[in-house]
Amino acid sequence: MTELVLDRGVSELRFRDPARARALAAALEQLCKQIGHDVAVMHVCGSHEQSIAKFGLRTLLPRALNVIMGPGCPVCVTDVPEVDEAVALALDGKIIATYGDMVRVPGTSRSLADAQAEGARIEVLYSAVEAVELARDTTEEVVFFASGFETTAVATAAVVLGEVPPNFSVLSSHKYIPPVMEIVAEMPGTRIEGFLAAGHAAAITGSAIFERFVEHHRIPVVVAGFEPLDILAGLVRLVELVRDGTPQVVNMFPRCVTPEGNRNAQAQLWRVFRSTGGNWRGIAHVPNGNLRLRDEFAHVDARRRFAIDLRSLWHHAPSVLTQQCVCGDIMAGIASPKGCPLFGKECTPDTPVGACMVSNEGTCKIWYQYGGHPDL
Amino acid sequence: MCLGVPGRVVEVRGAIALVDFWGVRRETRLDVVDEPVAPGDYILNHVGFAIRKIPAEEIQETLALYDLLLQEADSDMMAADVRGEIAGARPEETGAHD
Repeated sequence: MTELVLDRGVSELRFRDPARARALAAALEQLCKQIGHDVAVMHVCGSHEQSIAKFGLRTLLPRALNVIMGPGCPVCVTDVPEVDEAVALALDGKIIATYGDMVRVPGTSRSLADAQAEGARIEVLYSAVEAVELARDTTEEVVFFASGFETTAVATAAVVLGEVPPNFSVLSSHKYIPPVMEIVAEMPGTRIEGFLAAGHAAAITGSAIFERFVEHHRIPVVVAGFEPLDILAGLVRLVELVRDGTPQVVNMFPRCVTPEGNRNAQAQLWRVFRSTGGNWRGIAHVPNGNLRLRDEFAHVDARRRFAIDLRSLWHHAPSVLTQQCVCGDIMAGIASPKGCPLFGKECTPDTPVGACMVSNEGTCKIWYQYGGHPDL
Repeated sequence: MCLGVPGRVVEVRGAIALVDFWGVRRETRLDVVDEPVAPGDYILNHVGFAIRKIPAEEIQETLALYDLLLQEADSDMMAADVRGEIAGARPEETGAHD
C-alpha cells in the first residue's frame, strides 16, 4: 500500500502549560481505569476537532477513551436537496451569495461551483451584511444561501430584521445543534456516554439549554473552550461525570458562556426563524433541526418567492464514488475517515467526494491537514 | 468556523463599532451583542457581528489562543481561518454604502 502524503500540521504539543496538560492526561488515564471499560464521548464542533487534531491531543488520551467528532460541521450536514435548491436558483439566473465552503459542496448532480462554470453568478462572502450590500448594488435578484448553526443564524436574523432591498432573499439551510444531539444519542450502534458542547454556540444558547437533554438521555454535557487545555479539562470533567454516573450540565467555559446565554441574540433568532424537521446529510431526519424563516418573513424567503424546480438536476444518478462516501457514518460516530476507502486517495481537499472533505470544519479535511488520527 | 475572533473596540457609531483586530481595523455590527459596548472593550466577532462582550478579566486568557495561532503559517488551517475572520470583516470606512 502506498503511504499517504499528508500536509503535516503541527505535530508537537505546544501548550502554555505543558505540566498542566500532562496532569490532565494522567487524570483521564486514572478515570478510565476506574471506569473499567472503553468510553466514547462526542463533540459537535469543527473548531474543537481542529484544535484536537492540530495539537495532537489524541496522542495524550488513554486508549480506552475515544473522542469522536459528531455532526459539528454545518456545511457537511447541509442536505443534497438544499444544495440543489441553490443550484437551481443559480441556473435560473439569480445571483447566489454564500459562505465560501458552500460553493463546492456536491448536490445531486452539480455543486454551485459547477453552476458557476456553466455561467451562473456565485458570490462568496464573509458576512450576511455583504449579501444585502450586493443586492443594493444591483437590480438583479440576490439570494443569500445561508448555512451555519445558531451562532451564524443569528447574523442572518439580524440582517433580515434590518432594512433589506426588495431584490434580497434568503435560502436558509441553517441548522440547530441541540436536537441533533438527541438523534445521535439514540442511534443504534452509537454508544456515546458524554457530549462536549461547543463554547461559542453555547455563548448564544446558554449552557442551560442542555438540561433537558441530560434529563431525557441521562448523558452528561460539558461546555468547553477551544484551547488544548480547555478541551482536556472539559474531557476530565466529562469522564468524571461518566464514572460517577451523575449526568449533569457543567460549564467549563464560563469566560464565554453563561447559563442563560445571549438573550438578545436568542430573541432575534426566534423572531426570524422557526425550527422544523429536516434531513441532515448523512445523519437522519432531525426533528426541529432545521431553521426556516417564519411566515412573517415570507417576503425575504427564497423558497416562497420563487418556484424552485429541481427536476432537471435529478436526471443524473449520484456517481459511484459518492455512493461509497461514508461521511454520514463518520458524523454519527460509527466510522472514521481512516476506515473510508476513498480518504486521501480519490477524496482529497482538491477533489472532495463528500462534504466532510470540503469544509475546514469537516472531520475528513481536518484529519487530512493534520495527519489524522494518530496510531496509538 | 465557530472560533470567531476577538478585537478591541475603537469607536462606536450607533449599531456599528470600529474594532481593532491585531492592528487591522474593521467594522463589526452590534445588533446581536447583549451588553452595551464602549471604546476599549473587547468583543468576540463572528461573521461580522459581535456575539459577546469579553469580560475585562478574561481578555488576556481569550487572546492567548489567537496569539499562538497567528504565529503559524497560512498553510495551517486554524491560522488561516482566524486570518480569514480578521481579513473578511468589512474594511474601515469604505464609504461604498450609505
